[in-house]
Amino acid sequence: MRYGYYPGCSLTNAARPYEISTRAIAGELGLAFDEVEDWNCCGATEYMSLNKTAAYALIGRNLALAAQSGMRELVAPCSACYLNLRKTDHYMKKYKPLGKVTNQALAAGGLHYEPGSLVVRHLLDVIVKDVGYDAISAKVTRPLTGLRVAPYYGCLIVRPDFNGGSSEDTEYPTHLDHLMEALGAEVVDFPLKTHCCGGHMTQISADTAYELIRRLLQNAAEYQADLLVTLCPMCQLNLDAYQSQVNRHFGTDFNLPILYFTQMIGLAMGLEPKELAIGQEIVSAASALRKIGTVEEIEETAQARRKRDDKSLPMPRIREG
Amino acid sequence: MARSEDYAPDGFLNEVIEATPGGDTLVTCLQCGTCGGSCPSGADMDDTPRRLFAMINAGMREEVLRSNTPWYCVTCYYCMTRCPKQIPITDLMYTLKRMAVREKLYDDRDAPDWSSSFVGFVESYGRSFEFGLATRYHLTHSPLRKVGVGPMALEMIAKDRMSLRPDKIKGVDQLRAILDTAKSLEGV
Repeated sequence: MRYGYYPGCSLTNAARPYEISTRAIAGELGLAFDEVEDWNCCGATEYMSLNKTAAYALIGRNLALAAQSGMRELVAPCSACYLNLRKTDHYMKKYKPLGKVTNQALAAGGLHYEPGSLVVRHLLDVIVKDVGYDAISAKVTRPLTGLRVAPYYGCLIVRPDFNGGSSEDTEYPTHLDHLMEALGAEVVDFPLKTHCCGGHMTQISADTAYELIRRLLQNAAEYQADLLVTLCPMCQLNLDAYQSQVNRHFGTDFNLPILYFTQMIGLAMGLEPKELAIGQEIVSAASALRKIGTVEEIEETAQARRKRDDKSLPMPRIREG
Repeated sequence: MARSEDYAPDGFLNEVIEATPGGDTLVTCLQCGTCGGSCPSGADMDDTPRRLFAMINAGMREEVLRSNTPWYCVTCYYCMTRCPKQIPITDLMYTLKRMAVREKLYDDRDAPDWSSSFVGFVESYGRSFEFGLATRYHLTHSPLRKVGVGPMALEMIAKDRMSLRPDKIKGVDQLRAILDTAKSLEGV
């Protein structure tokens, strides 16, 4: 199965583990991705706050480039990119003047996008629908038995379901739950599974964001989750990288690893943690993963990281032996 | 909330509607309050979305555009999917932000500055640039309140999750031509 692929900026930086693990499992699942040539940022939630036409044109350039190269289905692993791409396609069709003015802008770059030419899909949707739970189950060689997983969907893949077509509830979806069950994990009920992680509020009003992050961590802790599984770079960043700030802010001691669902699929298919970029999370998943017996491999990964010639940070080294 | 053609404050209401895809549904607002009740950041807002819509209807232009409400919208789309009249509330919040920026009617600069810094890098490189954003924005916006941000950034760099150099697309000139045209079409 071949798809157009739009990684988005996060997957080249903060969400590199998402990109690495997606690439690592794709072949095994029979998925082939053709990256949109010279794609640009989707504008996240920022461009629309400043200029509407430019925001739609920015996203429209990606749609035009993808359609122009013959793609029919465009897959985005990032929830914000997915929403922006799908929303633009839908709005250009639904609101004709918006479609017209967006194409007038694209024409300045020699481009045109006919709304409806592409079907924009999220990676999770492709994996559960096109690959399917049974096919994934059949590939499991290291079942995630005993691992208590909180399935976290965040907002943008379930709401507002632009263009319809989703069979999932906008507030209580279950496809990630079923996928984790197919991997053998013990899926905990997670009432806040579609509540907001705070999005960009960490940058604007940290108090607001930290409270939203705290609620999620608290909820997962109450349900005794060993780790939380996500499908969105923004959610992963807020819950993982800001977890120590949240602990400092509230005097709490949450220690909840946040991994991508693609990393979980890879682990269950028997891939090495390092092939899935496990170890790059800020809150280490090593002790949680001891439950499924991958601890030695993780220690190997950590040693391999220490030994590599790291040019990015000149840290003092302690001589071994 | 009936809207009559000869009611003077309609000017503002119409402007908001005009600037929002699907905005015409705003006149059907029932004032039920589902939006505010669904909002995760509602507690920190000056006005709930419901109240803000009543204020728009009443033509309270400056009060609406000075409200922090749109800037505290986390774009989670809860209100929008729950609204019994299918009002595109998230899109309305974007519209109000754009109007506030254009008329410089905001009291707290942080959110508009964050958006501008983000967009500045996108316009320069075609991609977002987190390290650039972190340095440009945080060092100029209450750096003393953000003691934990520095170590966090270092950790992200050490984990190979934050590049020190921006990625630049090949078609930057093409992208700028598109964005410049878009801005002229929107009248900015």
